[in-house]
Amino acid sequence: MREIGADELRHIARGAAILGTGGGGDPYIGRLVAEQAVLEYGPVLVAELHEVPDDALVAGIGMIGAPTVMIEKLPAGEEAVTAFLTLQREIGRPITHVLPIEVGGMNSLAPFPVAASLGLPVLDADCMGRAFPMVQMVVCTLDGVLARPLAVADEKGNSIVLDVHDNHWAERLARSATIGMGCTALMSSFPMSGKQARDITIPGTLTLAAKLGRLVERVRQQHVDPCQAIASFLGGEVLFTGKVVDVMRANDPGFAKGEARLEGDGASCRLEFQNEHLVASRDGEVVASVPDLICVLDAEGEPVPAERLRYGQRVAVLGAPCHPRWRTPEGLALVGPSAFGYSHAYSPLGGQ
Amino acid sequence: MHIGIDVGGTNTDAVLVEGRRVLAECKTTTTADVTTGIVNALNGLQAAQNFEPAAVNAVMIGTTHFVNAVVEGRGLAQTAAVRLGLPATKALPPFVDWPQRLRQVIGGHSYLCHGGYEYDGRVISPLDEDELRGVATDIAAKGVRSVAISSVFSLVNGDLERRAAEILTAEVPDLLVSFSHEIGRLGLLERENATIINAALRELAEQIADGLTESLTAQGIDAPLYLSQNDGTLMDLEYARCYPVATFSSGPTNSMRGGAFLSGLDECAVIDVGGTTTDVGMLHNGFPREASSEVMISGVRTNFRMPDVLSIGLGGGSVVREQKEGISVGPDSVGYRLAQQSLVFGGDTLTATDIAVAAGLAEIGDPGLVKNLDRKLVDAVLDHVCEQIATQVDRMRTSPAPLPVVLVGGGSVLVPDEVEGVSELIRPEHHAFANAIGAAIAQVGGEVDRVFTIDPNRRDEVLDSARQEAVDKAVAAGARADSVRIVEVEEIPLAYLPGNASRVRARAVGDLVLEDAPRRARA
Repeated sequence: MREIGADELRHIARGAAILGTGGGGDPYIGRLVAEQAVLEYGPVLVAELHEVPDDALVAGIGMIGAPTVMIEKLPAGEEAVTAFLTLQREIGRPITHVLPIEVGGMNSLAPFPVAASLGLPVLDADCMGRAFPMVQMVVCTLDGVLARPLAVADEKGNSIVLDVHDNHWAERLARSATIGMGCTALMSSFPMSGKQARDITIPGTLTLAAKLGRLVERVRQQHVDPCQAIASFLGGEVLFTGKVVDVMRANDPGFAKGEARLEGDGASCRLEFQNEHLVASRDGEVVASVPDLICVLDAEGEPVPAERLRYGQRVAVLGAPCHPRWRTPEGLALVGPSAFGYSHAYSPLGGQ
Repeated sequence: MHIGIDVGGTNTDAVLVEGRRVLAECKTTTTADVTTGIVNALNGLQAAQNFEPAAVNAVMIGTTHFVNAVVEGRGLAQTAAVRLGLPATKALPPFVDWPQRLRQVIGGHSYLCHGGYEYDGRVISPLDEDELRGVATDIAAKGVRSVAISSVFSLVNGDLERRAAEILTAEVPDLLVSFSHEIGRLGLLERENATIINAALRELAEQIADGLTESLTAQGIDAPLYLSQNDGTLMDLEYARCYPVATFSSGPTNSMRGGAFLSGLDECAVIDVGGTTTDVGMLHNGFPREASSEVMISGVRTNFRMPDVLSIGLGGGSVVREQKEGISVGPDSVGYRLAQQSLVFGGDTLTATDIAVAAGLAEIGDPGLVKNLDRKLVDAVLDHVCEQIATQVDRMRTSPAPLPVVLVGGGSVLVPDEVEGVSELIRPEHHAFANAIGAAIAQVGGEVDRVFTIDPNRRDEVLDSARQEAVDKAVAAGARADSVRIVEVEEIPLAYLPGNASRVRARAVGDLVLEDAPRRARA
């Protein structure tokens, strides 16, 4: 196990926001909240998966709701702890380790206030290897680990426990509760044993985010193009560089859905998103698609969240391979193009 | 006929403009009290071109005075931040992530109170009037004179911020109040930060506004007085008293718009080489391209509309050094002491200006004092400058297509005619006054940025009303109605929300009414 102090949180927030592919929550707020917890309670211990005992009890923590609301209605700070303790009470046994449900600017750091204040280690892992918009879109679903029970807590001290039939119902019911709470809440769920965590979750993603965040800072100081550096770090490629010339936002009650059109180098690029970036097309042809990572970065290598895309921005669009689990038939059924209503076939980046 | 004035850190520049013609120009040294410099500049204009003060329709001033006050931490009021939002937002109280020094200078008085709204206008918790009266007692005891009031989702509804102000000012009558719902965009921390900075500048703004009014009145000019804003538009003096923070980035904006005006280009890069820094920005449709991410002001994060400008410490006053590792130019500058310290003025500091004079690019001071400079050194410095500027231009460009570059500012003599990656280098007439001209040709704008409930069948109607509100705001701010155009409409549905709630931003700009502008009431 190693300690993570305030300095490393900055790198994790930036790197995780890149891996969050346009979603995953605001990295600035995520970092500040985690920093306050670390300053108050001391550094957080991060455990590698191989360090977790078989009989450990692990639970995931993450934000649920609208990132656009969170940047306005800032957290009270205790939401994650309340959700965690509510879950623990329902389970009736002490939870020994926490882990981020997804990688994202806010979500990678969501377990830190719990870990810092209760003295629990955070697992260097997550359940997506990136961010996805819905609760069921986790590797746990592939391996039969249920979001049961699931606790949701808001900033007012409200909390709710759900006993769900499956992970799709978890999404539907937790979403309804969150909307009632004012659209931002913290959830804790996916209880699993240490062995399950080791077998199922995607390892090393906190460390990966920290490395990526450090890389951005370093290449900037060296005046190297950060977008190229990020692409090669992720084993991906810069798919497009250009200017946002149009952002069309669909009128969808559930998600920040829409598309952006970019122009540059005599070509055009279309980006479709549902909180996260889902599909990138170049001159009408799909060049990257879920579940692969599509990251939008500004010239400084700073990730641009989907809800902040706007006319006139100069951005680079990166594609990078997703975790291999998502490339299996079951993985693609859960988070591939068809899961989002697309008819195109998935063509893996990197030609695998 | 109108007058544009740019008050920079080193120089105060003024131009007299009629339509598209520059009638007169004058460069003087900035003075500590600002107004003396302006009086000197106006006298200089009179000397260059005799004009009738009563014939001046408007005076537009761009100033770095307020941003410098924050950077240097001087002239700032003791300020309190009162936020309405409990129990939400407690994790990140006002002043979180501020630089310690600036926080100390303005007192850092932070109050978290009940109130605030949900995204849909429901109240998070009711306002607690006794709690606010307690805050009033405390700030009165601490000698706080200016307060920034912020509330969660105050862009959805500003009522609670206004009600809180009523309670505070009932207890502390002379308190200056700045409202977050009038100042920033969505994003509570950034909006609150901007509101706090604004509050800290309010007293200074009163002094400056009074001083400017007096200095113009003393010259017999009673035309309305405007200040340049960050986005190239104008605000009147009464507005500036309340929103001084909106002047922050007007310097680079003005030089860029001035460069566009003088060159006749709408799409180009503008390089402004001043005494201390070089700013490189891009123009799109004649307006500076805005920074896409959050803008840091003196270490404080805000979400202002700011031009996307790269600034490097390279200018006419930059100190030149020969070191083992090679030549360095800047980032330190002799600034306004150029006329004492540089070699051409008999000083003992080698500056970029001395190099320019030695190379025959400029005639400043006594060229004889630099005629013995090593020619190799002169060439090496010029190469270094050229390379630095080419790098900045390259960082700003978005495509490999040829990019015209407009060169402005007093220090631009340093830049050679050939710069790598630049298709066309234009040095327009009056280029040394681009910033003052940019102030003189500014426009006025209006913006709406709020969450709307959008019925799918009435979407066009809602967006039209948002556009109209932006147009009305521009007209109310002084734009000629037939010149106002919408430059931006943006709709962001709030993820997961019922009822189709969307954040809509619409922005309109137009030409300032100049001919029949009402005389300034407060003279």
